This record gives sequence, structure tokens and C-alpha cells, in this order.
Amino acid sequence: MYPENYKYTKEHEWILVEGDTGTIGITDHAQHELGDIVYVDLPKAGAAVEEGKAFGSVESVKAVSDIYSPVNGEVIESNGDLAGAPEKLNADPHGAAWLVKVKLSDLSQIGGLMSAADYQAYLGE
Amino acid sequence: MDSAAAVLRKTPLNAVHRASGAKMVDFGGWDMPVQYTGILDEHATVRNNVGLFDVSHMGEIEVRGPQALALVNWVSCNDAAKLQIGQAHYSGLILEGGGFVDDILVHKFADDHFFLCVNASNQDKDFAHIVEQNLFDATVENIGPTLSQIAVQGPRAVETLQKLTATALAPIKYYWFTTGEVSGVPATIARTGYTGEDGFEIYVPNSEAPRLWNELLAAGEEFGIKPAGLGARNTLRLEAAMALYGHEINDELNPLEAGLSWIVKLNKGEFLGKAKLEEIKAAGLKRKLCGFKMMGRGIGRDGYEIQVDGAKAGWVTSGGPGPTVNMNIGMCYLPVEKANTGQPIQVMIRNQAVDAEVIATPFYKRAK
Repeated sequence: MYPENYKYTKEHEWILVEGDTGTIGITDHAQHELGDIVYVDLPKAGAAVEEGKAFGSVESVKAVSDIYSPVNGEVIESNGDLAGAPEKLNADPHGAAWLVKVKLSDLSQIGGLMSAADYQAYLGE
Repeated sequence: MDSAAAVLRKTPLNAVHRASGAKMVDFGGWDMPVQYTGILDEHATVRNNVGLFDVSHMGEIEVRGPQALALVNWVSCNDAAKLQIGQAHYSGLILEGGGFVDDILVHKFADDHFFLCVNASNQDKDFAHIVEQNLFDATVENIGPTLSQIAVQGPRAVETLQKLTATALAPIKYYWFTTGEVSGVPATIARTGYTGEDGFEIYVPNSEAPRLWNELLAAGEEFGIKPAGLGARNTLRLEAAMALYGHEINDELNPLEAGLSWIVKLNKGEFLGKAKLEEIKAAGLKRKLCGFKMMGRGIGRDGYEIQVDGAKAGWVTSGGPGPTVNMNIGMCYLPVEKANTGQPIQVMIRNQAVDAEVIATPFYKRAK
């Protein structure tokens, strides 16, 4: 369910780090808790993101939820497919429905995130 | 009471919902299903087929006695004297200051017997208020704790319910009701609802609710019935532009500005709040409830500020996606001079002004 090569936050985001590039999304648990997702608001390329700060939002039928960045960096690309098809976030949150790719400015921040096993233990609490 | 000590109230169907995997939420102190299969799916099911709602959290108050009508007409703004036996109407319990204690349905069972359906979170307050105002020869009883209410809503509601009752349903007109048996259970069967669709609200004794729920699901299976939660109930009523207490109306908002002047019968004789409502009407309304649709990207949510020409003008009372009308919609209060169809407005979404436009309500109206 939760890919081993991703890192996870307590706010239910994931990040896949390859070199100094991180791909960020929300977890399956998050999409399930939100329910039907109808709107995704993401920053444009060039925007700065900061660890623990909201960089965008995901809206379900009922409510808005902020998305928090796990790391500091700059947005390289946001997933344009989601504007027209936000429901993809319900279907494939760990894959095709990634949110943004960022260029990390501090790779050491990854060390503070949860592994897949830690995250699943966290969900189980 | 702090949250750790708070005990949520449960309907007699609570265990049925939990067993079916519903997502439960704290709704005004009640442990209620917000969704089963998903809000969009449940919404579409009610619009296209038939959905089943547990609304047993709603309150029921009975008013009986020779002066039952006098009391009902004193505490509510619509004219219950106009009701025939077996007829119901929408009304408001109004404060002296013109605001709402609650919005209610009044059912006339007999000249000396009225049955009020009231909001779940207001039922204790409503009962206390009516008792306090009972200077008449009437008895007031809070029968909510003994009754369950199940709503069967959607174009296939008649066919579904008809399988379980000998009472002919087709002749029951909108906002009329009858008593009969459903699956052998004594029931009040009202052709009312909160979805903008045809359908019924059925009142039965608590002990029979789980069996009836399951029999309704079985009866509706061939018509595609599904249980629907409070999430879909909200998107359905929003598309139909029906008021929700605490949003479009509250103790500080009056029925005239809420677009509910049709339930205010100023010529029926004295009633609580009448003097204030007459004064408000004579002075002219300052603000008005309107519908809007988002033009820009984003969803105007409950409580968001509305601006006109860069200045604060009002607020969103309810907002969200309209799955059937396929627009992001909402209702809002605006100054009367800005409340015309076509008026450009901006909804402040997380500190950004997003374009929207005032449009006519209801957003959705079913084909007759």
C-alpha cells in the first residue's frame, strides 16, 4: 500500500526523493479521509515551498485541506492533469496523481520524515 | 462539557451504519453517517434513482388540546389555520427580535393535534421555547426520543416504498401526509424531503427502525437504492437552495431577508416576532439571501467573505460543488442593491478574490 521508497509526514503527505528532486503527493489515507476530491489548488513552477508550510490545497465535496511541504525548495513542475481531473487523486494518490515536483534546497530534511513502516505504525495509533 | 467527556447521541440505526462501513462524524452532538459509498455517488443516486437517509436525529414535538392551533400559530410565523387535516407546511419558530429559534415542518393531524418536525441540534431548545410560550390550553410533548425518521428520496421513491405498504402513495400530494403501515409498522408517511427530489419522510417507533431500514434497502434494490449520508443530504439541499439552520438562518437572521417571506403571514393575527417583522418590512430590507456561482477557479465555502468592487459586502452561508448542476455554487447575504441576478461579486478564497456571479435559485429544479 505505502511504497517503501517514499517518505511520509504526519500531515499525510509523501515525498519521493531522486537526486535533489522531490516528488510530493498526499497519501492514500489522506484521500480516503477526504472523500471525493473535487478541486486541487497547486503553486506554479518557480514558487518557493517551505517545510511545514502550506503550499496548496485539496478540496473534497465537504471541506478544504491544506497541503504542507515536507521540505524547503522550489517548485519545478505542478501536475497539470489534476486541474481537469481532480478525482485522479482518489484513484491513484501514490502514482499518477502526484502534486508537485520540487528542487530541494536542504537534503538533510529528509532524515526527519517517516519511513513507510513508521507511517503505517503512526496510522495505526 | 469538554470533548473527552461528551457522549455522542446515537440513532437506533447507529449499529446498522457502522456495520455497513459508513464514515461517521460528530454532527451537532450526534454520531451520524456522513457517507457510505461516497458523497458524489450518493448524490447521483438520489437524483437518478432512490436514496435512503437516516434522519432519526431530527426532533419531533407534539402539540395537542383545544388550543393546540392557538399555540402553534403563536410560536410559528406561517398560518397553521390554513392547514387541512393531513397537510403539512414549512414554517419558522420566531423570536421576538425577528430571528429564528428554528425552522420547522408543521403537520396537522387533527384540529386539536399538530406534529412539528424540528432540527436535531435545536430540539431541546425548541421544546423549552414552546413550553415557555404555552399560555394556552395545550399540551406539548417532546416525542423525538421515541421516534425514528427515515427519508426515502428520489424518482424511484414511490415505487420503492409502495412495495412495503398497502397505503396508496401516488395520491399523496407534495407536503401532505397520511398514517398507515410500512412493513407492518405503524408509520406516519409524509411526502416531504430535503433533497429537491420527490420522496417521503417516514416516522416510525425506534424499535422498528433497523428492520424497516433493511427492508427498504431490499425493496429498492431493483431500482438502484443506496443509503445516503449527511454529506449528500447537504449537496442535495444546497442545489435545491433549501435553508440550513446555522447557515442561511439563525437567531439573528430573519425570514424576510432569508427569502422566506412566503412563510411569514403578517395578516394571520398576533404571533411572536410579528411586530419586529412588520417593522423590518416597513423599513425595507438591508440585505438579502442570494445564490451565486463561481466564475473563477475555486469553491466559495461557508463563512467566506464576499466583496463587491473591492469592499466587503457580505458572506457565504453555504457553498460547495453542485454535482448535478456541474457548477461550484453557494448562497450568500448581500446588500439588497447588490442582490440582483447577474451582479458580479468576488469570493475571498484564502485571501484571493475569485470571481463569482449572483444567479437565480434554486440551482436545481427537478422535471415534473
